[in-house]
Amino acid sequence: MIRRLLFLLPVLVFVVIAGYFLWGLAPERDPRDVPTAMLDKPTPTFDLAAVPGLDVPGLATADLAGGEVAMVNFFASWCVPCRAEHRYLSALAEETGVPLYGINHRDKPADAVAWLVELGNPYRRIGADPGRAAVEWGVTGVPETFIVDGEGRIRWHHRGPLVPEVIEREVKPMIEALRS
Amino acid sequence: MRALLLVLSLLLTAPALAVEPSEMLDDPALEQRARDLSAVIRCVVCQNESIDSSNAEIAHELRLLVRERLVAGDSDQEVLDYLVARYGDFVLLRPPMKPSTYLLWFGPFVILLIGAVAVFVYFRRQRSAAAQPAALSPEEEARLARLLAEDSAGEERSGPA
Repeated sequence: MIRRLLFLLPVLVFVVIAGYFLWGLAPERDPRDVPTAMLDKPTPTFDLAAVPGLDVPGLATADLAGGEVAMVNFFASWCVPCRAEHRYLSALAEETGVPLYGINHRDKPADAVAWLVELGNPYRRIGADPGRAAVEWGVTGVPETFIVDGEGRIRWHHRGPLVPEVIEREVKPMIEALRS
Repeated sequence: MRALLLVLSLLLTAPALAVEPSEMLDDPALEQRARDLSAVIRCVVCQNESIDSSNAEIAHELRLLVRERLVAGDSDQEVLDYLVARYGDFVLLRPPMKPSTYLLWFGPFVILLIGAVAVFVYFRRQRSAAAQPAALSPEEEARLARLLAEDSAGEERSGPA
């Protein structure tokens, strides 16, 4: 009996290894996807000056605890995916009325101004980040977007551009849920 | 002499690392701690590289941050905790020991143990089988006697060639 069960062992090993392959090679799995550790944490302490040459105020922690659901978007003029998500982000801010705050990551002020003049500015406030604010927020690169609830807690974090699919499937329902 | 110089210059050069002179601390002891820490912190955007060997922008920022925290008086563990709070365990190149990683840490030893037990059982069975062969049944005894008799009879018949 035991001997007969032993013959099942290679099958079992195969099933386990095949399972790992299925998981590892699945098209939905992105090995570059860095897990986030910021969910349900209060927004980090930061105080960023305005981008010189832009008539938009800077951004600090206190601005995010105003009792209103808000979005924080890390962007830079040198970042191609940021350009791609810009129109969707603008449309989302207009449609939902959610205050959208920008953090301009490692950018030249003149380039940032030119970029916003060209594409339009959907941000209520923009902080100029020389690099450290991104680390405080657990950001690995631009673009990254957060949804912060009225008490100033991070409730959603997305790495990479906000494409319409993500906005419809995750962002809008999350904003709805946090507002109600 | 020239060959010796060449060999020496090749052997004595420092490995090319990403850490830039402007980032280094004046205090050699603190700088060494920063280097040791940097070697176990993952550059979060470069898959499997430490911030000590990566040229990525974020690695540069994290190297500066590690040094700032050390200068501010943080212990090594406090620096790591600070980063784990922001990037999760992912930022550590060496996974921490905790219930969710027990399988990772102990799995290989468990498999080794299973293998050792299997080998032990196999050899013990073989040895006991060799030490005490099963006694022959009466039928087998009779058959053995018959075969032996046949054998000796056959030899006598054929005889030496």
